[in-house]
Amino acid sequence: MSDMTFKQDDFKVVGKDLEGSERIVRKSLTYWQDAWMRLKANRMALVGLIIIIIITLMCFLVPLLSEQTFNFQDYDAINEGPSAAHLFGTDELGRDLWVRSWKGGQISLLIAIASTIINVTIGVIYGGISGHFGGKVDIVMMRFIEIIYSVPQLIWLILLRYVLGNGLGVIIFVISITGWGGMARIVRGQVLQLKQMDFVTAARTLGASTPRIMWRHLIPNTMGPIIVNLTFQVPGAVFAEAFLSYLGLGVQPPLASWGLLVNQGTKMLLVHPYQLFFPAFLMCVFMLAFNIVGDGLRDALDPRLRN
Amino acid sequence: MLKYTLKRFGIMLLTIWIIITFTFFLMHLMPGDPFTDQKKIPPEILENMMDKYGLNDPLLVQYGTYLGKVVRFDLGDSFKYRGRSVNTILKDSFGVSGSLGLYSIIFGGLLGVAFGIIAALNRGKFFDFFVIILAVLGVSVPNFVFATLFQYFLGFKLGALTAEWGFRIFPIARWGTPMHYVLPVLALGASYIAYIARMMRTSMLDVINQDYIRTAKAKGLSQRTVVWKHAIRNAILPIVTILGVAIAGIVVGSLVIENIFAIPGMGKYFVQSIMENDYMMIMGTTIFYAVILVIMMFLIDVLYGVVDPRIRLD
Amino acid sequence: MAERLLTVENLQVCFETYAGEVQAVRDVSFYLDKGETLAIVGESGCGKSVTAQTIMQLIPMPPGKIKGGKVELDNVEISALTDKEMESVRGEQISMIFQDPMTSLNPTMKVGKQIMEVLQKHQDMDKKEAKEKAVEMLRLVGIPKPDKRADQYPHQYSGGMRQRAMIAIALACNPKLLIADEPTTALDVTIQAQIMELMQDLQQKLHTSIILITHDLGVVADVADRIAVMYAGKILESGSLEDIFKNPQHPYTWGLIQSVPRLDKKKRLIPIEGTPPDLIAPPVGCPFAARCQYCMQICKDRFPEKTVVEGNHYVHCWLQHEMAPKVDNPLEKGGNA
Repeated sequence: MSDMTFKQDDFKVVGKDLEGSERIVRKSLTYWQDAWMRLKANRMALVGLIIIIIITLMCFLVPLLSEQTFNFQDYDAINEGPSAAHLFGTDELGRDLWVRSWKGGQISLLIAIASTIINVTIGVIYGGISGHFGGKVDIVMMRFIEIIYSVPQLIWLILLRYVLGNGLGVIIFVISITGWGGMARIVRGQVLQLKQMDFVTAARTLGASTPRIMWRHLIPNTMGPIIVNLTFQVPGAVFAEAFLSYLGLGVQPPLASWGLLVNQGTKMLLVHPYQLFFPAFLMCVFMLAFNIVGDGLRDALDPRLRN
Repeated sequence: MLKYTLKRFGIMLLTIWIIITFTFFLMHLMPGDPFTDQKKIPPEILENMMDKYGLNDPLLVQYGTYLGKVVRFDLGDSFKYRGRSVNTILKDSFGVSGSLGLYSIIFGGLLGVAFGIIAALNRGKFFDFFVIILAVLGVSVPNFVFATLFQYFLGFKLGALTAEWGFRIFPIARWGTPMHYVLPVLALGASYIAYIARMMRTSMLDVINQDYIRTAKAKGLSQRTVVWKHAIRNAILPIVTILGVAIAGIVVGSLVIENIFAIPGMGKYFVQSIMENDYMMIMGTTIFYAVILVIMMFLIDVLYGVVDPRIRLD
Repeated sequence: MAERLLTVENLQVCFETYAGEVQAVRDVSFYLDKGETLAIVGESGCGKSVTAQTIMQLIPMPPGKIKGGKVELDNVEISALTDKEMESVRGEQISMIFQDPMTSLNPTMKVGKQIMEVLQKHQDMDKKEAKEKAVEMLRLVGIPKPDKRADQYPHQYSGGMRQRAMIAIALACNPKLLIADEPTTALDVTIQAQIMELMQDLQQKLHTSIILITHDLGVVADVADRIAVMYAGKILESGSLEDIFKNPQHPYTWGLIQSVPRLDKKKRLIPIEGTPPDLIAPPVGCPFAARCQYCMQICKDRFPEKTVVEGNHYVHCWLQHEMAPKVDNPLEKGGNA
């Protein structure tokens, strides 16, 4: 043991120091601040986000600002490889693939975003109603989804498209009408969970309707899975459109979409592979970025992983 | 367990009926009739054909007839391939699609599970990152892109190389020999390896953190026993459910893959019949697909009940 | 003459987290003699579970790390053994039962099989022998119709029965030491008493030494031979059952005793105010200082030296120092022990 001298002063009783012991060392953050911090820390997700922004901007700006249009056919420049004049080369009708690829992205994105919005709206309403009413209504509504989903979405897609004919509107409609089930299930689950939360009962008992408390607790706990699902809907819709276009049932020429371009590129694969590679690459990078961001969001918004 | 099985069976029957009905009425929403785009047919003959196929009867009668036929497993006759019944076409092509699908599931499933387990056990290390990246890629790259890439690099380019030795290693199209399976199975299975690996990894990580794994260790059991008899046995339960999704995905994927590789399977006929407006064929194939999937889901539900003692012994 | 079974000497364990290094166990020493029951008592987070799991090398070594000290069982330094070598110690020489029996049993394996596993691994029994012994163990721990029950799954058992099953697994190979980490915390009060009784009973039959870990002093009273009071990674006081209950010296111990609810005397529940310190940057002095009404300046500056009260009753508290004011045990006035 150390032999230090003891001072009598040291032995004066000073008593408890509870403020010191209960001082929380780390600042407590709100749910959203915490989520944002976690998202920022996820470098992959940030990179993904940047990629999405860049691609989206390009998709809208390039067709707008470029001198060439996506459907101008230059018969002197058929099936040319990438060059200074045509960054991605040209296709069999002499159309510039650079502009065409970005234009394709524009259409694909439009379809994806429009159908996602419709999708989410239907899903939220359906799920909300089902969860709110509960009981028999809920069982029937959920059974309905289960039955419809026994047939894969893409098969419904093909059938409906066949029945309803052609057109961008049809494509958007068809993708939305077959994809809302997932969101409906999630929203319904969240509503059911909320109904059971004690504080809702407490608030009701107190007679108070306190919107601020609901905003602080209700929304953060429910919005998480909804936002994540929303994020995954977009690449899902891009994929659905690509699938349709690949089978020739999607966007029709002379318009372009990523799926259609990949389809056309595949035909030329053995001779002019670049016609496939560029649009395919764009599409995949975009979907990849979205998936990574979705994953990052899922981790960031998970209340169980809070610091 | 019995109650559970009966309930799932009942739902299965209900689902099949609803899908048949849905599809039937959906088909009849189509404007025109099945003969519209064929060569000009004189009106009287057209009338006769419509009568013969019962197309002039009121809708409900047609529905009833159709339902009756379906229950007796008669899916009618194809309009395009006059004289061949839908049943025959399906029978011939199902064998092809079935084996393609089977191999893809086995391939995707086994590799996926293996990757998932290894990734979970080596968390944070190289293999884990590799599997995560693979998983994200698998989900982001559509299977037709994979298929095309495989065709190009493994089929065409690699084939060009081996051509110098006298043969082309992986055929890029058509069907017939075991070698013909390689590229399509790879393409179909690829997205599923990714998905299953991801799920298995999550499941494993979940299970490894459970208390009973700690108990197993505390009993002095070897790491190998803990992993195989305790961890994997429990981690694989949720994967059984996932199998259902994977099977559905592979069925859908086959539509495109069969087209790319010119494989004479159901998918190819389905897409073709859509292009050709052969609506008996479309209906028949859709119903067949739906029924197969629904039966698969039912079997998987039952399998899950058998494998999880908590459900089996309730 | 008591024979020493287990010695833990100056054990230090920490965990690497993204927020820093958490000092979970800071220089802990204690011993256990054969046939004894030692109770380690303390609040959640004081390091008692970590200590127990370190004895069995059950702490995953990243992020955990043994910074110092050693553990000896029957004169063998088990803290120096590799994981593979520990396999023959775990389950056979030392066993452990955990807090929540529902999650501590494999839900997809029959209970009987879970007992058989230990027997087959350590005692080389074949399936038939192991099955018989497993049924025996179930009978021993008081489970009715043990042959039927052995073929059932954990979800078919009640809470108390599951804990009995865990005890059966733990004692199947008749280990020298049984570590019970909060064995009754997840159970109803009436079942708690049954389980404690069972453990005592088995201890007599099988001559097992027991380390009982709990945050509840009430549970300890009938069962323990000695008690060690742990706080924030350190042992603050240690002694026999009588020493601790009749002559407690540390203010934290007084607090613990005072906070045990009693049915026989009418008194207010007196909790200990405040919360334990952050172990990423543990206090330099006595960890209890902030919550202690007798805290002195020196308590904040330096960790108290060890003072032997009598025999193997010792305490780490500056109040023991000759220069400190004399403080009476508040329990004597209020009458509590």
